[in-house]
Amino acid sequence: MVPYMLLLPQLAIVTIFFLWPAAEAIQSSFYLEDPFGFGSTFVGLDNFTDMLTSTDYGRVARFTAVFTFFVTFLSLGFALLLAVKADKVLRGASTYKTLLMWVYAVAPPVAGLIGVLLFDQHVGPMVDLFAMFGWKMQIGVNYFDTSFAMIVTAVWKQIPVNFIFFLSGLQGISKSVQEAASIDCRSGFRRFWTVTFPLLAPTGFFLLIINITYAFFDTFGIVDVIVKNEPGNNPVTLVYKVYLDGFRGNDLGGSSAQSVILMALVFILTIIQFRLIERRVHYT
Amino acid sequence: MYKLKISDHLILLTGVFFMVAPVVLTFMTSTHDAIAIYKGGVQFLPGDKFLENYETVLFQAGGFTQEVNGFVMLKNSMILGFGFAIGKIVISMLAAYAIVYFRFPFASVCFWIIFATLLLPLEVRILPSYEIVQSLGMVNTYSGLIVPLIASATGTFFFRQFFMSVPDELLEAARIDGAGPWKFFKDILVPLSKTMIAAIFIIMFVFGWNQYLWPTLITTDESLFTLVRGIKQILQVWVGAQIPAFNEAMALAILAMLPPVLIVVIFQSWFVKGLVESDK
Repeated sequence: MVPYMLLLPQLAIVTIFFLWPAAEAIQSSFYLEDPFGFGSTFVGLDNFTDMLTSTDYGRVARFTAVFTFFVTFLSLGFALLLAVKADKVLRGASTYKTLLMWVYAVAPPVAGLIGVLLFDQHVGPMVDLFAMFGWKMQIGVNYFDTSFAMIVTAVWKQIPVNFIFFLSGLQGISKSVQEAASIDCRSGFRRFWTVTFPLLAPTGFFLLIINITYAFFDTFGIVDVIVKNEPGNNPVTLVYKVYLDGFRGNDLGGSSAQSVILMALVFILTIIQFRLIERRVHYT
Repeated sequence: MYKLKISDHLILLTGVFFMVAPVVLTFMTSTHDAIAIYKGGVQFLPGDKFLENYETVLFQAGGFTQEVNGFVMLKNSMILGFGFAIGKIVISMLAAYAIVYFRFPFASVCFWIIFATLLLPLEVRILPSYEIVQSLGMVNTYSGLIVPLIASATGTFFFRQFFMSVPDELLEAARIDGAGPWKFFKDILVPLSKTMIAAIFIIMFVFGWNQYLWPTLITTDESLFTLVRGIKQILQVWVGAQIPAFNEAMALAILAMLPPVLIVVIFQSWFVKGLVESDK
């Protein structure tokens, strides 16, 4: 009986707050709910086809793809550059490390609020800065400008995580390998691409998945704060649309169908991630 | 070996500048009065309204119902952060203990049920989760706020990995000395896991403190707002005003980030350990 008692709290929570809602989401994605809550009719895959063929969903999906692409690659790129440099520094290494990682603790909506301040049309210094180059930013009005502010904020928030993982990956590369490489090859640049970078690849792949998940889900707070609760014509992500259709639009079936699509996506990403983890453990 | 160049330090300093400057500007802006900001834009130097603004934000009621102040939100954030971290650690340690050290029927079924949760973040099943919590009457309660967040198995996975690295000889030795399962757990496993617990506590505290979407849905009563949840209200009430009160909004933003940032900076080595290990 002992093991069951030990597992009981976790299993109870998982069943009530995880399995049940997930099952409910899958079920209601096949039904059309009466707006007054009187009943629902089985509509098969209609919710999915309606969703996937709607222009609105296509627009949001496209934005999410572009957003995810930029957030992932920019934050990975900057973090890798900083980690490589921080790995080499001897003096002040821990100070650099602390200063580059502490933003991890800032909540996404707080980061969003800082973004709102810096990109505000009246008081924001970023707007003044870009105005000098002739770019009149209008956050919340102009689709492109708003996306730009969102991506900058999301990248800023994500650099620390990538930096920490890259740095710990770099520190895991044995000194003897590095010394051997430096005897064989004088060019530091070539050494990085032919020795260090391949050795970092497992960390990089792993971070790629982490970052895609981040851009999809954890940026909700940033998006919500920057669009200031007025999605209108502003760019939003797929997760934001699930929230919007479900809670504002009261479209239970449509929102659930979107949830199911996202579930499938996360499922695939997680499978890939698990495979990579196995390989990562194998590497080290 | 490698000769450090000035350019390396320049790159690092530029990185530090971009990470730190936005928050410094936020802080500077929070020490001025609203009109100065409205006229002069975001402030780059400290002003003289530091005490006044933070006093207003902490102790004067704001929001729509004029009932909630920063202090109450700080308290709620603490409850969420600690409640989530402690709840998660206790529950996941027990579950990991059962999974690693006991052989029992349906063990692998239980294992897969728990680890399936890693596949689906709360965000994708948000609407049905909300409806279930609502039907259980847990809307606007601390338990409704905290317990559903604990459902994911990250902590269990983490402790399972750690327990599996503990040598079996310890268990045998304890058994020979006549220790029961509870005594082994309490006197050997928990003390061994101290660093791990500290590391995971920091990660979970920050994670819980920073929750936004779930608190936004589940707490509509302002007396239960956390600081991070309150950001939405700030945006509407203060920033949306005729003369936007950026000073007070930013003071609250600073308050909302201060505790998790301090924890991460002070316990940096544990934090890095927890982050790197728990995501494996």
